[in-house]
Amino acid sequence: MLALLGDYTIQTVAMGAALLGISSGVLGCFAVLRKQSLLGDTLSHAALPGICIGFLIAGSRDIGTILAGALVTGAASALVVLLLTRMSRLKTDAALGIALSVSFAIGVVLLTHIQGGGNASQGGLDSFLFGQAAAILRGDLWIMGGVTLSALALVGLLWKEFKLVSFDPGFATSLGLPVVALEVAMTTMVALAVVVGLQMVGVVLMTAMIVAPAVAARQWTHSLGGMVTLAALFGTMAGVSGAVISATVRGLSTGPLIVLAISAIVLISLVLAPGRGLAWASLRRRRDRRRLAGRQVLSTLYGLAAEHGDQGYRAELGALDTFHGTPTRQTLQQLERRGLVAPVTHAPETTPHWELTKAGFAEARRIDDAPEGDDR
Amino acid sequence: MIEAFFLNISLMIMLTGALVGCASSLVGTFLVLRGNSMLSDAISHSIIFGIVVVWLLTGAASGPVQIVGAAMTGVLTVFLTELLFSTRRVKYDAAIGLVFPVLFSVGVLLLNLYARDVHIDQHTVLLGEIGFVWLDTVDLAGYEIPRSLISMSVMTVVNLLFVRVLYKELKITTFDPALAAALGFAPTAIFYALLFLTSATAVAAFDAVGAVLLVAFVIVPPSAAYLLTDRLWVMLAIGMAISIASSVSGYYLAVVLDVSIGGMMAVMTGVFLGLAFLFGPRYGVIARLHRQRTEREANALRTVAIHLYSHEDGTQQHEENVARALETHLGWTARHARAVIAQGLTRNLLARQDNLLVLTPKGREHARSILEPWRN
Repeated sequence: MLALLGDYTIQTVAMGAALLGISSGVLGCFAVLRKQSLLGDTLSHAALPGICIGFLIAGSRDIGTILAGALVTGAASALVVLLLTRMSRLKTDAALGIALSVSFAIGVVLLTHIQGGGNASQGGLDSFLFGQAAAILRGDLWIMGGVTLSALALVGLLWKEFKLVSFDPGFATSLGLPVVALEVAMTTMVALAVVVGLQMVGVVLMTAMIVAPAVAARQWTHSLGGMVTLAALFGTMAGVSGAVISATVRGLSTGPLIVLAISAIVLISLVLAPGRGLAWASLRRRRDRRRLAGRQVLSTLYGLAAEHGDQGYRAELGALDTFHGTPTRQTLQQLERRGLVAPVTHAPETTPHWELTKAGFAEARRIDDAPEGDDR
Repeated sequence: MIEAFFLNISLMIMLTGALVGCASSLVGTFLVLRGNSMLSDAISHSIIFGIVVVWLLTGAASGPVQIVGAAMTGVLTVFLTELLFSTRRVKYDAAIGLVFPVLFSVGVLLLNLYARDVHIDQHTVLLGEIGFVWLDTVDLAGYEIPRSLISMSVMTVVNLLFVRVLYKELKITTFDPALAAALGFAPTAIFYALLFLTSATAVAAFDAVGAVLLVAFVIVPPSAAYLLTDRLWVMLAIGMAISIASSVSGYYLAVVLDVSIGGMMAVMTGVFLGLAFLFGPRYGVIARLHRQRTEREANALRTVAIHLYSHEDGTQQHEENVARALETHLGWTARHARAVIAQGLTRNLLARQDNLLVLTPKGREHARSILEPWRN
């Protein structure tokens, strides 16, 4: 493991993956909160024509020009989505799908044009489809780092404004904030995150890196600051583990590995996160159901006792089952463990019977006397 | 004669493209109308998982087993997305963005691992090879027929039958799902049937156009048709017509420019959408702008007519019913006022008497019909 960390390529890859995780984690949070998860999908597919145009302009695999191209076409596709939704009767989903598929098609056409041109250095472009961590050079890291830093600086500077626009755009407008400009800035940030991740994850899967870290982080916290920090952390964890595996095992694409890593984090977060975790919610539901059943059975026994004027009235299990329309034996056994009911026999009958204990009687009376809607 | 038909390579390619387009836009029409366009993106990505798994398990590279088996993954994607959404932990768009990348990633990694055994490579996954459909032929009734052509013909017929037989049901579940449910039309079952056919179409078209370009065929022609008509069956027909036109024009352009045929066909769907967006007779941008302008002009003429009518023969006539008053009293610019007067003169609503603007009988009638509509 230590030997791995000393490896020059592995270091480069890990640093690139960390940058990817941080930028997409932080910037994706705003997209997810604004219900624009699928815009990331469109922007990342729309990066393909930009990559090709950048390549055609630079004439080589110059990463700066290529990423600039990706940014421009990404922004252009966002503009197309906006135009289609504002100026025609198409809905957002159709506009997103149109921008995604047509710009990807343009990218495919340009890609085949470049490959048909017989350019010697064209080989590198394929790696942008699914990501190829091993293709990252030290020099590329500076550009990725620069983009990440400037995006983070933008988030830091406009933190309050972004927060407000994400959660309550109406209120933000009423305060006189330039909401449209801020929304444009946030959309541009998604494009920036896409650009940083392109080499690692590729155009097709970048969407997962925008959505997944934010969704996972949302599970653990209720504050935007916490969410952004956690998303960056999760993104980095997934990015580094996926990228390192891909760089050490030959022939595995980097993008899918990173996506599977972040998806595992999402799954764990969905199930286990305290508070919002599905496991806890299901436990809570079961506990509540059990408690309710116990209270119902207690009340029934109490009502029967009152009806018969006999505190020690022995109710037959079968009668209780029929009355509740469900088997009550388990509930009675739980109540017995709490010392509230006791099994008794009622000669000459041989069927099992139950009666309230003293404590059970007191508890039932307390429940019965409690004002409507008071649970305790 | 028939043999020559099947040996004509360009015809085979165009026909395959047209069938892909027709089959996709038949189902795509309903996805676009329901606002679920992006599900086609999710489906077309995740069927790769299905294709690889079915191939590894059964060795079926095409045919009904492959299509039905792999199509189940498409339905699975939607099912998992709905399941994730139903936990109320993530929004619908984020749920889409989480599920399909996982299945797609697993599919790509399986491709990486079993690259030597699987009949498709990463490139085909995204781009398809419609230019080579004629290489893979089947002997049918003595003729060498491209395999893709057969599967796409079958899918087109199946989709046509589906739409024809369930036309009424599809219509009501699309436009009023609540009413459909109340009438007992099982909107969910029809929705999943639609998704299954979308997936099956995606699998059948996979070899020809790959995963992402298919999205263009599913979404773009119906969207363009939606901009041109309000009738469902017309929309279906226009969608198919646009698909066919895109295939033919895309093929010739691709041959001339020496680029990807499938890509160019998809780009052409975008071109047709752009044309519909700009020049649509009713919902197009130009028609809409023209309508706005006409409306504004008519309104200005109404204003002038009423202004002149209410001061006609009044004491202030010499102050009010002059060209200058339009600028000072109505707050119009000199240019606008001049243009409106010119319009009024040509339409024979106004006339000049020395300095005074007066209404012609027609103009007076016009003003009266607005102010006192009960007279007529």
